[in-house]
Amino acid sequence: MIEVTGITKRYGDTLAVDDLSFEVKPGQITGFLGPNGSGKSTTMRMIMGLDSPDAGQATINGQTYGTLGWPLREVGGLLEAKAIHPGRSALNHLWALAQTNDIPHSRVDEVLEVVGLTSVARKRVGTFSLGMGQRLGIAAALLGDPSVLLFDEPINGLDPEGIRWVRNLLKGFGKEGRTVFVSSHLMSEMALTADHLVVIGRGRLIAEMPVSEFIAQSSQQFVRVRTNQPKELREALQSTGATFVEEEDGALSVSDLSAEEIGDIALARQIVIHELSPQLASLEEAFMELTHDSVDYRGEGGFPADNDLANKDDRLTPAGK
Amino acid sequence: MTLITSTIPAPTGPHYRLAGVLRSEWTKIRSVRSTTWTLVATIVITIGIGVLATSTEASRWANASLSDRLTFDPTNLSLAGLLFGQLAIGILGVLVISAEYGTGTIRATLAAVPNRPLFLAAKAAVFTAVALIMGEIVSFGAFFIGQTILSGSAPHAMLGQPGVLRAVAGGGLYLAVLGLFALGLASIIRHTAGAISAFVGVLLIFPLITQALPSSIRNVIGKFEPATIGNAMTSVNTHLQAGAVPSLSPWVGLAVLCGYAAAVLGIGGLLLVRRDA
Repeated sequence: MIEVTGITKRYGDTLAVDDLSFEVKPGQITGFLGPNGSGKSTTMRMIMGLDSPDAGQATINGQTYGTLGWPLREVGGLLEAKAIHPGRSALNHLWALAQTNDIPHSRVDEVLEVVGLTSVARKRVGTFSLGMGQRLGIAAALLGDPSVLLFDEPINGLDPEGIRWVRNLLKGFGKEGRTVFVSSHLMSEMALTADHLVVIGRGRLIAEMPVSEFIAQSSQQFVRVRTNQPKELREALQSTGATFVEEEDGALSVSDLSAEEIGDIALARQIVIHELSPQLASLEEAFMELTHDSVDYRGEGGFPADNDLANKDDRLTPAGK
Repeated sequence: MTLITSTIPAPTGPHYRLAGVLRSEWTKIRSVRSTTWTLVATIVITIGIGVLATSTEASRWANASLSDRLTFDPTNLSLAGLLFGQLAIGILGVLVISAEYGTGTIRATLAAVPNRPLFLAAKAAVFTAVALIMGEIVSFGAFFIGQTILSGSAPHAMLGQPGVLRAVAGGGLYLAVLGLFALGLASIIRHTAGAISAFVGVLLIFPLITQALPSSIRNVIGKFEPATIGNAMTSVNTHLQAGAVPSLSPWVGLAVLCGYAAAVLGIGGLLLVRRDA
């Protein structure tokens, strides 16, 4: 259980984290979402006692990090990829950490096995790829067999196979009843991994809800209809009890009805339709919508075609279709 | 998922302890190449320069002036290389701290040991032990080799003579405390290049500046310079060479040097607690 209560962190004039409060419960995976620079890493560092908050506090199982008796046996953290001395071997890096918390050497071998680095255990970390560095960071987090796990962007630098491995690992931890807190800037990844979401933007809490709720809210399909007889169409739709909103360009966005149903209704009333297009909001779009006002660094322009491509995979197939 | 849940034995006691942190720091210092290289450099430079200095003196002794003969200190001469060896040990002192910051390992370290003063104390203790053992090996090595070279043609010292053992052992102590001072500087500065520059500045540049001052001021400040203290600690013959700065007695000098190291470590510890990692 992680409890964050009103933490605030200021760097000079910038408010990196602003009066942030949330809870991370055991037995599930809590995704920590926010655009780049929204304060996710700062928050995680404050939970781990590395940065001190200007106000508020973060506790782990009721204790602040600094008062934990055997920190590595209670909390495992992966904060940065490859933040490890490049001249040291993976084995020695883990062994040095293990010794501080009286963890036996056999456990070092065990976690190396879990993350699949046994064969390179004696190689210097400087020769590792980013993905191997991530695996080593995860191994370090697992050393003390902790009940609380924090992972900051664990899939960065991993190949698809590695991403699936991390996803399954996290799910396994959740099933074992551990508290798992994992940050990401990718909504699509969190939709697949997390049970619960904490969404922040510019250091402030934007949403805290179960992923299922977020998906239910965001993936509602609607149909866009354009006509030159808006009055008639509105009346027709009202008679069916469908909900709709009029958009800026005069088109109607209709929920509750499929495109086919709307087409049939329009035909029955002899209303000319100029556009009838089913719309799907992807999770990524919903996330972007949610955090739109709180993005610090936004690229202007860009290539719309690429964006469409990128979003394609994230689009949800509505249930029953 | 059975591999993940393990049966690691429950810890004894309510809290992580200094002993574990010391073992961890020992693992860290022995597991990087920079330790080996800086220690090898300390040995090669200190003994090498000692060999050069004593060989030169042995060959010119027959023609040496009376004043040279009066101020001749075979022990101190054989330890002349310490003046350069101290740079190598200082670099190791800087690296054991600055590498943690430079590579980001500091965050993993402090997550494992949130008690930051305890961490710094353990790091300083392990480094001091390594530096002291190496310093004594180097100092005694340079002494014995130097005296062997001198023994044919010039007066040479023996450990049994008054003050000689103190001077040779003092060489190792000097290296260790100076290395600790460098470690303290690095705990304040946190960057390798910056900390090494500061260390070299204090050790070599500062004396150059005081050289330019009037002798009345220089004689007061000069005694407190690490190099002057080191020279006094490794000297047996107390006859002053012409123009030399008066110095503190060896043990007072050592105490002052320890004071410097304690001061920078204290400031470093304070900053370590206050600053974000």
